[in-house]
Amino acid sequence: MRKIFDFHGGIHPPENKQQSLRSRIAKAGIPPELIIPLSQHIGAPSHPVVSVGDRVLKGQVIAQALGFVSVPKHAPSSGIITAIEDRLIAHPSGLVAPCIVIATDGRDEWLTHQGYPNYTSLEKPELIELIRHAGIAGMGGAGFPSAVKLSVRDDITIDTLIVNGTECEPYITADDILMRERADQIIEGAKILHYLIEPGETVIGVEDNKPEGIAALRAAAKGTGIEVASFPTKYPSGGEKQLIEILTGKQVPSGGLPSDVGVVCQNLGSTVAIYEAIALGRPLISRITTVTGDAVREPQNFEVLIGTPMRYLLAKAGYQAEKNNRLIMGGPMMGFTVPDLNVPVVKTTNCLLAPTALELPAPPPAQACIRCGMCAEVCPASLLPQQLFWFAQGKELEKLEQHNLFDCIECGACSYACPSNIPLVQYYRASKAEILHQREEHEKSEHSRARFESRQQRLEQEDAEKEAKRAARKQAAEERARAGGRQGDDDPIQAAIERAQAKKAALQSDTGKGNELQKLEQAVVTIQKRVDTAQAKLKQAQAEGSDLVDALIAGLEKTRVKLEKAEQALQIFRASQPAAPTDTATVDAAQTAIRKAMTARQAEAEMSPEQRAKTNLTKLEQRLQKSREKLEQSRQTDQEDSIIEALESTVERLTAKVEAARQAMNTATDS
Amino acid sequence: MALLRLTSPHAHGPMSTQRVMFCVLLATVPGVLVLTWFFGYGTLINIVFGAAVAVGCEALALTLRRRPLGFYLKDLSALVTAVLLCIALPPYAPWWLIAAGVASSILLAKHFYGGLGYNPFNPAMVGYVVLLISFPVQMTAWAPPRGLGPVPGFLDALQACFNPAGFDGITMATPLDVLKLNNSFLIEDLWSENPQFGRWGGVGWEWVNIAFLAGGAWLLYMRIFTWHAPVAMLVSLALLAAIFYDGGSSASGGSPLFHLLTGATMFGAFFIVTDPVTSAVSLRGRLIYGALIGALIYVIRVRGNYPDAVAFAVLIMNFAAPFIDYYTQPRTYGHSRKRGES
Ligand code: SF4
Ligand code: SF4
Repeated sequence: MRKIFDFHGGIHPPENKQQSLRSRIAKAGIPPELIIPLSQHIGAPSHPVVSVGDRVLKGQVIAQALGFVSVPKHAPSSGIITAIEDRLIAHPSGLVAPCIVIATDGRDEWLTHQGYPNYTSLEKPELIELIRHAGIAGMGGAGFPSAVKLSVRDDITIDTLIVNGTECEPYITADDILMRERADQIIEGAKILHYLIEPGETVIGVEDNKPEGIAALRAAAKGTGIEVASFPTKYPSGGEKQLIEILTGKQVPSGGLPSDVGVVCQNLGSTVAIYEAIALGRPLISRITTVTGDAVREPQNFEVLIGTPMRYLLAKAGYQAEKNNRLIMGGPMMGFTVPDLNVPVVKTTNCLLAPTALELPAPPPAQACIRCGMCAEVCPASLLPQQLFWFAQGKELEKLEQHNLFDCIECGACSYACPSNIPLVQYYRASKAEILHQREEHEKSEHSRARFESRQQRLEQEDAEKEAKRAARKQAAEERARAGGRQGDDDPIQAAIERAQAKKAALQSDTGKGNELQKLEQAVVTIQKRVDTAQAKLKQAQAEGSDLVDALIAGLEKTRVKLEKAEQALQIFRASQPAAPTDTATVDAAQTAIRKAMTARQAEAEMSPEQRAKTNLTKLEQRLQKSREKLEQSRQTDQEDSIIEALESTVERLTAKVEAARQAMNTATDS
Repeated sequence: MALLRLTSPHAHGPMSTQRVMFCVLLATVPGVLVLTWFFGYGTLINIVFGAAVAVGCEALALTLRRRPLGFYLKDLSALVTAVLLCIALPPYAPWWLIAAGVASSILLAKHFYGGLGYNPFNPAMVGYVVLLISFPVQMTAWAPPRGLGPVPGFLDALQACFNPAGFDGITMATPLDVLKLNNSFLIEDLWSENPQFGRWGGVGWEWVNIAFLAGGAWLLYMRIFTWHAPVAMLVSLALLAAIFYDGGSSASGGSPLFHLLTGATMFGAFFIVTDPVTSAVSLRGRLIYGALIGALIYVIRVRGNYPDAVAFAVLIMNFAAPFIDYYTQPRTYGHSRKRGES
């Protein structure tokens, strides 16, 4: 006999297992419609490889795994794909999710398949691939892909392989009935696992409330070296961490994996599925599900196809909808309520519990926490649930983490024991979600801070460049002034021509005397930047009342002088450059612009005075409109006052001009 | 029927706060009966009157705080507080003393701090200490136990409570008073000189203590609380008494058995120290909490100014409870020794 260890806490809720153990496993049959959710496990959802209208055979792959932590899906029976769409699925939050829908044809036609009864001739990676291929994921709790669990790194030695046949939740008997009726398959599956993992020992752990199951397993295990260990019934001994402690005395480190203490755990149902996949070549397309509760007439275990709507399965057990107050997938301690009877059975559906209101009454309102400590006494993670509750109420997220909220396995023992009916687990779930959300937000904000900084830098650079361009334009204007070609400065067409010309000039000088010009421009940009930084520093210093202010002002002045000098140098250089087109493409573009503007001017010249006046008015009005919009925007976005002021004066100016244009037009039409 | 959407767990255990409180009330019955047998109807009248005042105060506080009356009265916590306080009061206390004590307990110690579960100090003991400090004469006037003096009848007891001026009661020093005042007698002589001392503790008192011990044992059996705090308190009290017994000299503090079976020892251990709201929470914490109370009781009884010390010891340790909690957090599954060092 092996030494059995105890774990802290635990409770003894009424077991309620007998009612579903009175008959043998029944076949649920083929429902007219099967709904296969693409995600039934932890990890990436799978990707459909069939389309609507396809005929599929039983066992055919209908969705491929995507990534390492993912499993494929198979057609549970033969039929036609009628839809690939979002359907309600069994999920704590009552989500819809993509599903493949099959209209069954009742023929249940298998795809040819073949197993490897002498699997020892296969390489281990091949075996693991077969297991992944068969779509096997943990069939008890979260549905972790089995192949991932079994892919133990080479540098880790596994002392103990544990097959979890604890089934500590009340009401559920799916594993119990498997032990009673298919003990040899369990042992065969365990042998395959043993071969794969090569552990020091292989143990099947069963609570002592299943004497028939234990006896059957022991008989089947005779001579195989596989041990069947039984231990006192106590919820939640079936929690992976608790079971490991019971059987090995070791605790999985917080945040770690069972393999850290040399243990691999597999669910009993998954073990049978692995046997079927390897020895018979059958993928995971059905499972044993307990249908129980006082609202069904014949509580019992069914072998049910994955994807079977719960309504169909419940009807087989004599479901009395009018008596049922809530439908629970899983057990009363950790199961969650199902929103709708059309939700399909999935790989993790070990139980459908349909209780009456008398059996599981709605919880009474919570009373004050009297700090009685009953919750702490039963917590298998040795947490202080009452403290966690206190912090959760106060939203003290940091304290929650300090008190190891994330080691809570949400077993519900604390809520069960609490005399004040406080829904403790609900608080923990919400707090966990909130903390995770905050972490995400934090990461996001870190990310955007970095982005903001780089943007800031870019903007500074752009400003500097703009400044340089502005200087170039100014220079061009001066040149023009020198040439005596004084034009109405608010003639947009003339302005466009000028702009194009300036661009052309810039381009030409740029490409002509590139190096020298670039150097000078660069100098302006750099110094501009220094001015900016100096200004920022000064502002800060002023805000902080630092005594460096004077020194900073002096420095800023000096840099400003330098900037002016650099700008002058740049201007002089530019003025000295002859306009010689080199880069034809860009220069051509500039010329096109000039030409366009000229044509427009020409057209304008050919217009009648009324027309001209009218066009002018329309254009001015448009500009006014735009300026007003800009002003509005700047006001709303709280721009700097100087910008708003500038915009305001523009609007004023334009309003006056519009008025003038209107008068001009009136006179034009009158004449 | 529409399907309910609820989160797990869906099952709930048989325990309820109301049940916890009811069990505590029930467990006081043997002690109260024995008290009544030895000291007359005084204690019973205390309790009935105190309970009525408590319900009134609770209802008043709940109304002022705009809480639903029925829901909160149902938890019986106010009754428990009142009953515990009234057991601790001397029998034949005047009505105003009882009312003042209960009001301090319910209003001051409980509702001012936010109601049940939020009070840092044991409400019954706050009420007791407020009275002890304000009305020391009335609070130390204990009647002689049956056998050492006349036990008043029911009507006399009623008069003592509601018409105190017209009641002419006899009072007698308690065994703890006698021991406190002793500075010349050997314990053995003290025992034979004073009729107050019985076989193990004080006359009558030893049976009162045994009765409260029985009630406490039943509560333990019912798993209303854990053994840690009360047992730690009794052990540390007995241990100190044994260490300083001094062979029964005139400076002796009294024998361990005497301390265990005299005064409010058992009542304190099983009905006051075990108050969940104001004690330490973890099991280890409760051991420390209980042990320190036991030690304080001994020190105050033997060296302090007051003959009995349960109330002061408990209130002092109420201060320390959060501190004890901080240092006695259990080691979470999968963590090494201390929290944060996994
Ligand atoms: S069991 Fe409930 S009432 Fe008791 S300490 Fe825990 S949360 Fe508070
Ligand atoms: S739900 Fe969490 S806190 Fe409550 S008993 Fe289970 S592990 Fe402990």
